[in-house]
Amino acid sequence: MNRDERWLLPEGVDEILPSKARAVEQLRRRLLDLYASWGYELVFPPLIEFLESLLNGAGQDLERETYKVTDRLTGRLMGVRADITPQVARMDAHSLRQEGPVRLCYCSTALRTRPAVPGGTRAPYQVGVELFGHDGVDSDVEVISLMLATLDAADIKAPTLDLGHVGIYRALVAAAGLTETQEYALTDIYMRKARTELTDFVAGLDIGEAEAAALQALPWLTGTDAIEKAEPLLASVSEDALQALAQTKAVIERVQALHPNLHVHVDLGELRGYRYHTGCIFAVYSNGLSEAVAKGGRYNRIGEVFGRARPATGFSADLKILVNGLEVPQVLSVFAPADSDESLDAVVAQLRAQGQRVVRALSGCTSSPSELGCNQQLVLENGRWVLAPLSS
Amino acid sequence: MATQKPLTIALSKGRILKETLPLLEAAGIHMLEDPEKSRKLIFDTNRPDVKIIIIRATDVPPYVQYGAADLGVAGKDVLMEHGGAGIYEPLDLHIARCKLMVAAPKDAAPIHGRIRVATKFVDITRRYYASKGQQADVIKLYGAMELAPIVGLADRIVDVVDTGNTLRANGLEPTELIAHISSRLVVNQASMKTRHQEIQQIIDLLADAVAAKVQGESA
Repeated sequence: MNRDERWLLPEGVDEILPSKARAVEQLRRRLLDLYASWGYELVFPPLIEFLESLLNGAGQDLERETYKVTDRLTGRLMGVRADITPQVARMDAHSLRQEGPVRLCYCSTALRTRPAVPGGTRAPYQVGVELFGHDGVDSDVEVISLMLATLDAADIKAPTLDLGHVGIYRALVAAAGLTETQEYALTDIYMRKARTELTDFVAGLDIGEAEAAALQALPWLTGTDAIEKAEPLLASVSEDALQALAQTKAVIERVQALHPNLHVHVDLGELRGYRYHTGCIFAVYSNGLSEAVAKGGRYNRIGEVFGRARPATGFSADLKILVNGLEVPQVLSVFAPADSDESLDAVVAQLRAQGQRVVRALSGCTSSPSELGCNQQLVLENGRWVLAPLSS
Repeated sequence: MATQKPLTIALSKGRILKETLPLLEAAGIHMLEDPEKSRKLIFDTNRPDVKIIIIRATDVPPYVQYGAADLGVAGKDVLMEHGGAGIYEPLDLHIARCKLMVAAPKDAAPIHGRIRVATKFVDITRRYYASKGQQADVIKLYGAMELAPIVGLADRIVDVVDTGNTLRANGLEPTELIAHISSRLVVNQASMKTRHQEIQQIIDLLADAVAAKVQGESA
């Protein structure tokens, strides 16, 4: 390696410099206060745990995204968390073991072997909430509302809420009696909304006409009239699909009533996170960003592998992306001279206790107060230290 | 929701551009100058809310994936090689059609065990041989694939085949079909969700134009 390149960071790993760090930290506090005001308790899952517990129920994708090390104490494989949701689910299932709803929130860094999107970060500063113990429209709406409040706190302009329900597709797959291999191939086609491939694939399946028509149509059931169009298509195929559709409809109506100006985009063929999601899935897009700023959904089965299946829903976002919508507030300080003077020390301590930033000069250091980010200074007037504007 | 940013369509020079422009024309979008005669990369259209950018064919999927372009036209070969993550493919434009094939020297003996394959479609080739259960060493080349078997660089090549004339001129013949190729309209996922109406309208108009053209060809 070239000597001049030794200071470079790995791809997808970033550091946060002071002005952005200030904004990130302010937003973090604001969001955790927000979640607390909704009754969500803060938890800190461990940075590293045994691979088995980390990956339980989360599927193969997460395994490839997880960095692994061998534990020298036990010889077992440990993984650095690539996603925090499964950890919080484990904490709910095993560490807390409460009956009834449990509301948890977190804000920690995760680490992924590859970025979620090309050119993205491998170390997201993940903030999010999880609501365990309730299956139904109420908890879906609560989590979506809290996600929207999160974006509001981050001043994300003109968000689009993307809403779907993986249960519809899952019910259709079950009704059509597809094998696991077929389901896998079809899911891939759905993710890409590849029309030609879909037509060819469905034509090659030995299934009923109504099932074929529904599978063929689902990816295009998007936009304002999606629910209406879906009803007759699903009615003759699957009772479960109809039920999932009714749930989706109820969630949309409640969310729209709470947020009348919100732009909602229904996409009944959306299958993000299909392998672990079980119900309503949602994401927020903001103009100009090619990835969702926040996303989440229902995952009722993840607890099964921990021996305690609990209904669950939640969302997460990367604070480092959320913060981009915020103006970084400029913070100015008071300059205090280096003089050794007890009364000066007392004034400085008093100002700091009031929340004022005070920068003390260091003797022999020639940086000017404005270079140190100060707009006021302490000056001695008639034997008393008083605040004065910085004379330029 | 009002959006001021114009919709951007990514196209690539050559066959795709030549065959896409009439379809766009039928959808009510035409370019204000001839891109083949210009060195510009961003072009205005008759619609102030639609711009066209001209980039390399293999760059269309990443441009659309990152949202640098909302829509684009890309060959299925390029999409398969890219992997297609984060991109919707809502429409087959039935243009720039060809086949992605394995080609071998004429009358070549079958190869058992490891096979060396020269191609610019490295991922597709790796997946194809994996699905056949054959170990393959893939050699990435950027052009003149047909030369590789002649000079002993590879046993087989994987490339798009239109007429097959270049293959035959170099003593090769197409042996296995990997996929039928045509160009697709591709759409950025976030754009599709946030600007659904505008984009769906263009898709519908293009779909009509494609249907009319296909019908005309078969009549």
